[in-house]
Amino acid sequence: MSKMDTVYGKTKDNYRTKIVLKSTVLFIWFVILTIICLFPIYILLVNATRDHTSIANGISFIPSTHIFDNYKVVTSADYRLNYRALYGYRNSLIITCSACFLTVFFSALTAYGIHVYDFKLKEISYAVVLLVMMVPMQVTSAGFLSFMSKIHLTNTYWPLIIPAIAAPGVVYFMRSYMKSSFPLDIVEAARIDGCGEFRTFVSIAIPMMKPAIAVQAIFAFIANWNNFYTPNMILINVKVSKKTLPMMISAIQSSDRFNDYGAIYLAIAMAIIPIIIAYVFLSRFIIAGVALGGVKE
Amino acid sequence: MATAAQRRIKSISYAKYGYIFILPFFIVYLFFQFWPLINTFIVSFHGNSDTGLDTFVGVKNYTDLLFGSKNQFALATQVHESFLRTLGNTVILWVGNFIPQLILSLSLAVWFTEANLKIPGKEFFKIVMYLPNIITAASVAVLFVQLCGQSETNPGAINSLLNKIGIVKSLPGDKVDCIPFIEGIWPSRVIIMFIQTWMWFGNTMIMLMSGIQGINPSLFEAAAIDGASSGQVFRKITLPLLTPIMAYTLVTSMIGGLQMFDIPYLYNKDGKVGEHVETIAALIYSYFHVADLNQSKLGYSGAASILLFMITLILGCIAFYMTRDKDEIAKKKQRKKIAKQLKAESKQFGGFSI
Repeated sequence: MSKMDTVYGKTKDNYRTKIVLKSTVLFIWFVILTIICLFPIYILLVNATRDHTSIANGISFIPSTHIFDNYKVVTSADYRLNYRALYGYRNSLIITCSACFLTVFFSALTAYGIHVYDFKLKEISYAVVLLVMMVPMQVTSAGFLSFMSKIHLTNTYWPLIIPAIAAPGVVYFMRSYMKSSFPLDIVEAARIDGCGEFRTFVSIAIPMMKPAIAVQAIFAFIANWNNFYTPNMILINVKVSKKTLPMMISAIQSSDRFNDYGAIYLAIAMAIIPIIIAYVFLSRFIIAGVALGGVKE
Repeated sequence: MATAAQRRIKSISYAKYGYIFILPFFIVYLFFQFWPLINTFIVSFHGNSDTGLDTFVGVKNYTDLLFGSKNQFALATQVHESFLRTLGNTVILWVGNFIPQLILSLSLAVWFTEANLKIPGKEFFKIVMYLPNIITAASVAVLFVQLCGQSETNPGAINSLLNKIGIVKSLPGDKVDCIPFIEGIWPSRVIIMFIQTWMWFGNTMIMLMSGIQGINPSLFEAAAIDGASSGQVFRKITLPLLTPIMAYTLVTSMIGGLQMFDIPYLYNKDGKVGEHVETIAALIYSYFHVADLNQSKLGYSGAASILLFMITLILGCIAFYMTRDKDEIAKKKQRKKIAKQLKAESKQFGGFSI
């Protein structure tokens, strides 16, 4: 009996040490990956507080005190020709918020229309939505630009905002969500109570779909905020005060004016920090949303 | 039993609301996405700045891109060479980021979902690993140019770090034997592969994790009871059952990789896209991105877009074909066979249909 105990105890201990060993090794590996993930961002933040000469002399992990000097340079007359952060925030916010609202509202509307009503083209229209989901933007951009320039919409914000109404991926996501958690009886009940069709959608369907809408709104916001391709294509000849933030960042390195390293790092940091702050608060929703498989750029 | 009122409600047709609700989507889609796609086709059969954009040139743009011309100095030759070069760059950059990305995210996804491992702070690690994905790609590219770039007086952050570790040698006179991370052919490519992997491995990891969590847990339990090692579990259970989601990852990553634009386009010091990292999307972009559209190579950009579209389509079909569920297909075949036999038998017995 005692012999058996020792034998069993041994295997159990063996198993346990194995698990502990594996967990420790993996933990160290995860910490290394975390450092790699955060390293460029950390250096960015540190360098935003250092002055030009010390950055040129080499790397440092300790923040310095020159952030206000750098800020003065970034907002000085020289930089204003190419980089004006406040205008950048404003323009990016205008485009992003309107596009985000249109995407979410009209995708919910389309998904609701396909899900709730019975009509002849119902299945066909859903199949079309699925089919066009995979056509990438880059493929159509030559025709898009030539069409926009023909109807004189280049250098305006309209081509960046209006197309947001048609987002097939979001419609697909909303439809799947409705299938699992939007019973049609509610629509019938609303009808009996004399509620109009559109009002049913706004005051019953939208509140019921809040989780799906929140996830898709976050992703639409990120995608539009980070978009460099389309704005840079459409806004060809605009003043710096009409450019979006990513466009301003991209102008930094192609200009000779920018030779103060500290100021360049600060300019980049000013573009990146708002989205990192937003991420800190919303990360749980974002990761849950990715896990649902609804998005991929 | 339907009451009279219920019957009346059923008899009212609400179909028109369905059409009204989906109408905005389809109008905007037709106007801003479908017509541009058709327009790209139309544009690809028309001329460039040299002949005027409205001249119909047939398939000349396509033949120029694919075969060039015999004249060594003609525009067609130049266009042909850039097309092949950028296509090659795109493939190199995509393969170089997809393979490490998949290995990394698959292993992480398996470790994160293994129930018996006790690792503190899993949620935190997940959040940090996804972080690079939400940062503006344009800012990331400019940031890495700043980190990797070096000049006569400035070794740059990465080079001086490598110098401290001892990978890069010091030169006399307080200088560092820098690696040309921006100018060099392979160093610049490797950095772009690294940035792409850095940005996307968290996303792929979370998608694969949700795939693994979708596998029936009793399978893992059964394997554990039978004494399977974690390597065996991975090869015999996780990997085969993960095939559909892996196919999805592969296809989306491939489509995304062919469109790779922001980082290769901005990873340079002087605003001129590096020759060895210029992707096909960047080439198309440079053909139409000029202040006056009449001065652009719009025809070539249209033709290159359509070719890119074709390549995407073919690759997508191949990926789906290769990763389809073989057991399912075999079963289907068997079912068909049985159905056929039944039919033949029923014919023998006087043609009764079942």
